[in-house]
Amino acid sequence: MILEMNNIRKSFGAHEVLKDISIGVDRGEVVSIIGPSGSGKSTLLRCATFLETIDGGDISYMGEHAVHTDDAGKAVYVSPQKLRHFRSYYGLVFQQFNLFPHYSILKNLIDAPMHVQGKSKEEATDLAMALLYKMGLSERADAYPYQLSGGQQQRVAIARALAMSPEILFFDEPTSALDPELTGEVLKVIRELAEEHMTMVVVTHEMPFAKAVSNRVVFMADGVIVEQGDPQDVFDNPQEERTKQFLRVFER
Amino acid sequence: MTLSTMLSTMAIGMLRTFGVFSLTLIGSLPLGMVVALLKKSRFAVVRGFISAYISIIRGTPLMLQLLVWYFGPFYLFGMNIGGWRFPAVILGFVLNYAAYFAEIYRGGIESMPVGQYEAAEVLGYTHTQTFMRIILPQVIKRIMPSITNEVITLVKDTSLAFTLAYQEVFSLAKQISASQTSFMPFVIAGVFYFVANYAVEFAMSRIEKALDYYK
Ligand SMILES: Nc1ncnc2c1ncn2[C@@H]1O[C@H](COP(=O)(O)OP(=O)(O)OP(=O)(O)O)[C@@H](O)[C@H]1O
Ligand SMILES: [Mg+2]
Repeated sequence: MILEMNNIRKSFGAHEVLKDISIGVDRGEVVSIIGPSGSGKSTLLRCATFLETIDGGDISYMGEHAVHTDDAGKAVYVSPQKLRHFRSYYGLVFQQFNLFPHYSILKNLIDAPMHVQGKSKEEATDLAMALLYKMGLSERADAYPYQLSGGQQQRVAIARALAMSPEILFFDEPTSALDPELTGEVLKVIRELAEEHMTMVVVTHEMPFAKAVSNRVVFMADGVIVEQGDPQDVFDNPQEERTKQFLRVFER
Repeated sequence: MTLSTMLSTMAIGMLRTFGVFSLTLIGSLPLGMVVALLKKSRFAVVRGFISAYISIIRGTPLMLQLLVWYFGPFYLFGMNIGGWRFPAVILGFVLNYAAYFAEIYRGGIESMPVGQYEAAEVLGYTHTQTFMRIILPQVIKRIMPSITNEVITLVKDTSLAFTLAYQEVFSLAKQISASQTSFMPFVIAGVFYFVANYAVEFAMSRIEKALDYYK
């Protein structure tokens, strides 16, 4: 297991957003998370990437515990230094790209490998150029983010995450901020990564994409996993009433 | 007094004005950042102290602050304030401008989208790296117009050093004008301030242009 999350609980004030969620991701798996707005999909990814602190439960990467719940029921995190070590296991692609606007495209890709991982400039640049080639953006290495389209920026953001050689990549609605005609180029890149068996967890509203690309679909509603399984089963033969109701909205 | 002796006497004042101006910037630009960061300290005492400092500085005239820094040590501790004039001028200016710069920095830092911090955090940058490599460079670009305004105000504010009888351009202009019954010194001083501000605006616009390579 690359990622294991057990009995995750998370509240914002009195509002319980994640209610005892457990999910594991194996190497090479592509997991899609679908569900209505406000069901806690982003919060789950943000807890997995330590952008939010969980109230209870365990999270481990590669079999190592990053958080565990002690006997008193309190979630205990490893030290900040250790947590940084866990960050090398995953990457996150945001809905809003969040590229560094003051860095060129190439610099966006090599800065963290150099200053976080201590790679040499040559090594980082070689990998970055290979990733840009893969994204079809070799020509734009010297451009700045504002000079690129949304679809191109998101592909750079994917490349930036990949430049850290993560074990697993999270995506939070990677195409939701894009004009409809630009979503295809980003989904294509994710599909290619899936074909290379990159381990990925993708929160998405693109149902055909989820069905075509993932090994497993997780349907969340109101802070719980209602149903999960093979995409064919979940999409074509949902068992739970809540799932059927949700999927009906997308049929037309 | 000929125009050239007048000019050469005043040139010393110009140098002193330039000294106050540059020492104030050298001291207050970095100190303002320290103040801005301390204002977000985890310790309530520190935050309280910094807030009080900023509101006192902003709530009282600089002229009054200069008098306090100069005469305060004498009235409070009976300190011999001979030779204290120039340090008091610089102390007063630096502490005053640091408070204003701190507020500009704070505004700039708070205007940064949270996504920049989160992207950096997920990539594994330390807090210091995130601030130095990702946040600060963007903040500097955002606050440049406000900094320019402050620096221009500073050029004119240096004349307040006359309060402590520090012989910069403005004090000298007043003295020479009175002793020579001539209006000329004020014209010279006026031209000096105008040219100085022109130079500041030029330099700042060059910096702003240099930062224009991204949006
Ligand atoms: N920082 C926060 N403070 C308070 N409430 C929050 C915070 N973040 C999220 N929430 C709440 O938690 C709930 C779940 O939000 P979350 O963003 O995880 O949903 P989501 O499934 O990603 O929805 P969407 O499909 O709209 O992105 C929502 O009700 C939201 O208002
Ligand atoms: Mg969301």
